[in-house]
Amino acid sequence: MKQTISFVLNGSAVLIEADPARRALDVLREDLGLTGTKEGCGQGECGACSIIVDGVVKLSCLMTAAQLEGREIVTIEGVAADGELHPVQAAFVEHGAVQCGFCTPGMVISAVNFLEGNPEPSREEVREALSGNLCRCTGYQKIVDAVEGAAQKMRSGGQDG
Amino acid sequence: MGKVYLPDSLPEVFDILSREPGAVLYAGGTDVFVKSPPGKGNDGPLVCLEKVGELTGASDLGGEVRIGACTTHREIVASRLIGEHFPLLARAARHIGAPAVRNMGTIGGNICTASPAGDTLPPLYIYDAEVELQSAKRARRLPLSSFIQGPGQTLLEGGDVLSAVYIKKDHGYTFCHFEKAGQRRAMAISIASFAFAARIGDDGRVERARCAFGSVAPTVLTMEAVDTCFAGRHVEDDVLACAAALVRAGVSPISDVRASKEYRRAVAGNLVMRLECALRGTR
Repeated sequence: MKQTISFVLNGSAVLIEADPARRALDVLREDLGLTGTKEGCGQGECGACSIIVDGVVKLSCLMTAAQLEGREIVTIEGVAADGELHPVQAAFVEHGAVQCGFCTPGMVISAVNFLEGNPEPSREEVREALSGNLCRCTGYQKIVDAVEGAAQKMRSGGQDG
Repeated sequence: MGKVYLPDSLPEVFDILSREPGAVLYAGGTDVFVKSPPGKGNDGPLVCLEKVGELTGASDLGGEVRIGACTTHREIVASRLIGEHFPLLARAARHIGAPAVRNMGTIGGNICTASPAGDTLPPLYIYDAEVELQSAKRARRLPLSSFIQGPGQTLLEGGDVLSAVYIKKDHGYTFCHFEKAGQRRAMAISIASFAFAARIGDDGRVERARCAFGSVAPTVLTMEAVDTCFAGRHVEDDVLACAAALVRAGVSPISDVRASKEYRRAVAGNLVMRLECALRGTR
């Protein structure tokens, strides 16, 4: 039984007709075509489905579509602005922090949200911030390097490096 | 698929429950939807409690603090009120899952799941926390330790909502410690956990102490005999060895995918022995 759900998605108001008991993850991917948000475990363990809900990272595999109502949602598709990669995305490219890429959207979402609250993190704080995002390829070091590098660039207004 | 209700207030929740007595209540979904994902076996109806105003946030009531059941672990870690009066709870909440799970999971959910591994539970036992249950007909408060009856078993009845946790401020503890052993630091369900709070006098002796253990018995384990080991003593090797031996004898762990019962028994004692390292920093 579908119902109307309205929310802000990546800066634009959207109005969708969806079954409220479906997972938010499935509605984003299947109804809205935003396939950047991935399903890894489907159990809240891996972080691949991370999205930003009203300014905090949540796991879209553990949310119903109904919970999107009235919220401001940012998915990986909304991170780059005006065709320019977000500094975190640029740093992932620069540091070779991507191998298969499946975890990358969730990693980037977690990192972007984390750096907004903590622009000058220690390496340990970066590791803690990404501790809910699993990567089975990289061994994590280059991902942490990338987030540290992005933080540095964002602090200096993208002028250095 | 079923309906999902998103009520704003408790009266609205009770109204829904009177019409839909089989509805499943959830807040963060980090336990409920792992067991049965929405749309994949969980056909509801579902009642999401995240917007119910009466259930969110911590408030200072003078002699005690009320923590709304839908207060997230992130909010518990960030709360100055909780950090000041119940640092052991804040410390344990920091060990739950990872940031996204702490952004979603709630203290009420941790209690209602009633897992022996629930990380907020050992601190709440030490603080003698009470839970408030409300239904359309009545509200009642009871000790958390009697509310939780066994693994996944609580005194929650049909129509009840766990609305809040109450903790008295006057516990007098001056030192607290929480450590959990898991397969990794994040996203790990405890293999064994240990919470400790003590009032330590000016001479460094423990005036009184409380210990609570997770994942080593059907519910959180507290043992008066262990607490007594510390009373009037400096925390030194012989005291810890005595306490650890009592703990190893008193636990009743199970073997599961995470650890064997023998390992849990050994680790529970080791966590007590490690208290010395935690205390050293304060001397």
